[in-house]
Amino acid sequence: MHSSAALAEQFDDLEQQHESSSFGMWVFLATEVMFFGGLFTAYIIYRNFYLSAFEAGSRLLNVKIGAANTAVLLCSSLTMALGVRAAQLGKKKLLITFLVLTLLLGLAFIGIKLGLEWRHDYLEGFAPGVNWTYHGSDSRHLELFFCFYFFLTGIHALHMLIGVGILTTLIIMAGRGKFSPQRYNPVEVSGLYWHFVDIVWIFLYPLLYLIGGRY
Amino acid sequence: MVGHVVHKRLYILVFAGLIGLTALTTGVAFIDLGKWNTLAALAIAVCKASLVVLFFMHLRWSSGLMRMALLAAFVWFAILVALTLSDEFTRQWTPVPSSWEARMQQNVR
Repeated sequence: MHSSAALAEQFDDLEQQHESSSFGMWVFLATEVMFFGGLFTAYIIYRNFYLSAFEAGSRLLNVKIGAANTAVLLCSSLTMALGVRAAQLGKKKLLITFLVLTLLLGLAFIGIKLGLEWRHDYLEGFAPGVNWTYHGSDSRHLELFFCFYFFLTGIHALHMLIGVGILTTLIIMAGRGKFSPQRYNPVEVSGLYWHFVDIVWIFLYPLLYLIGGRY
Repeated sequence: MVGHVVHKRLYILVFAGLIGLTALTTGVAFIDLGKWNTLAALAIAVCKASLVVLFFMHLRWSSGLMRMALLAAFVWFAILVALTLSDEFTRQWTPVPSSWEARMQQNVR
């Protein structure tokens, strides 16, 4: 017997249904930790090998843009968390507002990252294999640093783009009234994903921009 | 209603903490602390990630099942890093036969 339309029949109660969907996302995020973990490990190893080149590379990145983008992403995490809260309380308009805000902040991050920073790095001649104009003695090692930089930030940006797609879907679903305080699992798990992508950046920012030393 | 509803003020406080820590980690990078720079940057990053996980991702109010998933992620990542680094750091411990040495020199060109 169904106690409510919000409950799928394979679950005992709403609480179990809620926990199952969250657990599914947490397991997926664990695999994501391994996905990024491989790159992070490679970065640690090569940073040990070519410390001076990696520190020089780090100083070539624009720390102001990096810090500003961190703030943008943290804002988007706040709006996402508030969006999940609005879904819990069944406030449809507020939910859509926060989802749209999160979407816009996400797009702002991608715009700053790709449009401003990557473009600048490319024009400066720091794009390995595409436009590389640096000819110092440790040019090859610096190239390796920038490979890591583009791959790590690129894969992160790809995750952001996927997040933008998810948010768009959520906004449409919310507009059609698909969520209720009993069943807002899609909003909750999308929130988990979005915050995870934020956490990846929380580590990327110091690893790429800061630990080379700015003094 | 399902799940724990967090007070709005708590979210804003956590957010303020995250912004504060971002300013701190950026500021610390401009001061020469030698080896401690890297450690400070990573320690602050771990603090920030913990804030996001505990409050924004609701782990503080989640069941042990979610904590297990996070723990598993950490443990597997630790294995990945530890085994890779242990290989890296112990390569010099055993001598390389001189015949290999000569071949390696040739390969380097």
